[in-house]
Amino acid sequence: MEKKHIFDNPENVKKLLKYFFSSVVILLILDIIYLLLNKTHTIHAHMNYAWEGYWGFYAFYGFVACVVLVLVSKYILRPLAKREEDYYDK
Amino acid sequence: MTSNIPPALIFMLGGLFIPLFRGSARSAYMMLIPVVGFINLLLIPQGEHLITSLGEFNLVLLNVDRLNLLFGYIYHIISLITVIYILNFKNNVEYVAGFFYAGAALGTVFAGDMFTFFIFWEMLTVGSVMLIWAKKTKKAQEAGFRYLLVHAFGGLVLLAGIVFHFTNTGSLEMNPLTLSGVGSYLIFFGIGINCAWPLLHPWLTDAYPEATIGGTVFLSAFTTKTAVYALARLYPGTEALVWIGVGMAAFPIFYAVIENDLRRVLAYSLINQVGFMVVGIGIGTELAINGACAHAFNDIIFKGLLFMSMGAVMYRTGKINATDLGGLYKSMPWTTLFCCVGAASISAFPLFSGFVSKSMVMEAAASGSHIVGQKAYVYVWLVLLFASAGVFHHAGIKIPFFAFFGHDAGHRVKEAPKNMLIAMGIAAFLCVFIGTFPKPLYSILPFPVDYHPYTISHVLTQTELLFFSALAFTLLLLAGIYPAEMRALNVDSDWTYRKLGKGMYEAFDNVLNPLNTWCESIVRGVASGAAAFFRDAGAKLCLFTAVNFWLVVGYRDKRLERKKQRLYDDILQGTLPIGIGAAVTISFVVLVYILT
Repeated sequence: MEKKHIFDNPENVKKLLKYFFSSVVILLILDIIYLLLNKTHTIHAHMNYAWEGYWGFYAFYGFVACVVLVLVSKYILRPLAKREEDYYDK
Repeated sequence: MTSNIPPALIFMLGGLFIPLFRGSARSAYMMLIPVVGFINLLLIPQGEHLITSLGEFNLVLLNVDRLNLLFGYIYHIISLITVIYILNFKNNVEYVAGFFYAGAALGTVFAGDMFTFFIFWEMLTVGSVMLIWAKKTKKAQEAGFRYLLVHAFGGLVLLAGIVFHFTNTGSLEMNPLTLSGVGSYLIFFGIGINCAWPLLHPWLTDAYPEATIGGTVFLSAFTTKTAVYALARLYPGTEALVWIGVGMAAFPIFYAVIENDLRRVLAYSLINQVGFMVVGIGIGTELAINGACAHAFNDIIFKGLLFMSMGAVMYRTGKINATDLGGLYKSMPWTTLFCCVGAASISAFPLFSGFVSKSMVMEAAASGSHIVGQKAYVYVWLVLLFASAGVFHHAGIKIPFFAFFGHDAGHRVKEAPKNMLIAMGIAAFLCVFIGTFPKPLYSILPFPVDYHPYTISHVLTQTELLFFSALAFTLLLLAGIYPAEMRALNVDSDWTYRKLGKGMYEAFDNVLNPLNTWCESIVRGVASGAAAFFRDAGAKLCLFTAVNFWLVVGYRDKRLERKKQRLYDDILQGTLPIGIGAAVTISFVVLVYILT
């Protein structure tokens, strides 16, 4: 019988996902606190652009960027570029 | 004590003696070369050394300043790490080629004039092709050959540029150039080919994944980074570079998402990272150049680390396609850990090396966009931010996930050999060390550094960006939208010379060759027909005249036939009496005269 490894147990995968999803939520909450503290001049937020002051700008951008990246790769680039493995040998 | 021994000499000469050693003596000797080289480098004072002249050219074989010293340090460090990594391969060809190649890179960055620069630049090609061919497979041979052709072409462009530049200015000095005149454009493009600019890039993604396991680690460090150095030396602040760099940072990530060969995924992400450096050089402010150089320094380590971890996987399982891998964390836990450190570094997680260098370029782009006339830099910033999220997606998550986690492909292999683990361990340590304590790196950058990566803003925003990229990956994967890995290849711009070139050859073959045969048969037909006609044309003319005469005289039947045969034979054999020949000729002329 082979040794059981950490992710062989689906419970552990679920647990990891749970931690991950909660950390994502925590980050959004931290972002609110950060922007509020900046408003009250408790801390200085370094910003180059106005949109950096919107709540969750980076979160939104990162998420959308990756969804766009995957969709474009899958539905536009792959149909255009995909060939059989021996394409160049023929 | 000072030294003026060129670092390249130690590597190239030292490398030649490797085959004389055996066993552990060879291992010790190989590790000694970069160490001795590094000590030598520390002893060389800044400034120009080994100045000679060749005819009317003033050559400076060794020029040391802050810019190339940075590249010199990292080239020695990565050479030592890579050498440790390849100790178990016991392949002298790879060893000698590796040192020759690293030496050529050192020679190029420390060259004080364009002629020396060019010589070492060409050696760089020779060394890298040897590392590709050392794999000894048919695929590697073909890829190496294509690599050689592209770089031979690039070398010629560079040489032509240097010749034009020298004729115009009479100078071979390695000083910043402006893009004006044929010479400077040719040098610019010659360097651009080695730098893997968009459309000029496929030599990299084509050949690097075909090299030997250690060869790819060597290759990932030197060619493109030497080109980055050359741009920083010759073209700082050239605006075209900003847009070229943006292209480099953006397009490869799409390919990386659908690519199956994990070393090819890394090759695409290499171009993406070099894009950040090229943008930095194009912006050209002190912060930007510092950022470009710091990122080159870090990238050499973390990209080397990632290639090493994939090499270890390949060494143990014999597979490198994502479709054949998965679940390796069970049997290769250390490799998994080191790969994750490399992945975190390239993704620029706080406390990892990418975090302290990539953001310098971003910051330079952002502050540049507030300057009048550079409003468009805001798009540069947005694309770079997109690329930052994208690089985490394909290099930071995809590589470790498909190799070590994901679907268990059932490989039950041993952990990577000790020397490989040590090499990866050193690289991983450096990634974390530089990421946590960036001061030492900042102190060797070309310009004084006034930049603080660890602000609340930077840490929080970067973490947000990365976590939500990861969230996108997770959700897309769980929803089944994430593109499954496929056994397929993706055509890139090398299609133009691998397929279009071949197609053109075939088209010419199919159109021109039949045309050729057809023309030939016509010419042959006409010629042989003419030859047959003229063989006895005279005799037939004589016969025509003579037969008419004989008919008038009254010869008939057998007698006539006999006379005809004799005349014909006589003419062909030349036994006709001269007088008759002359008479026939005259009568022929008369006949022609009458008829016309």
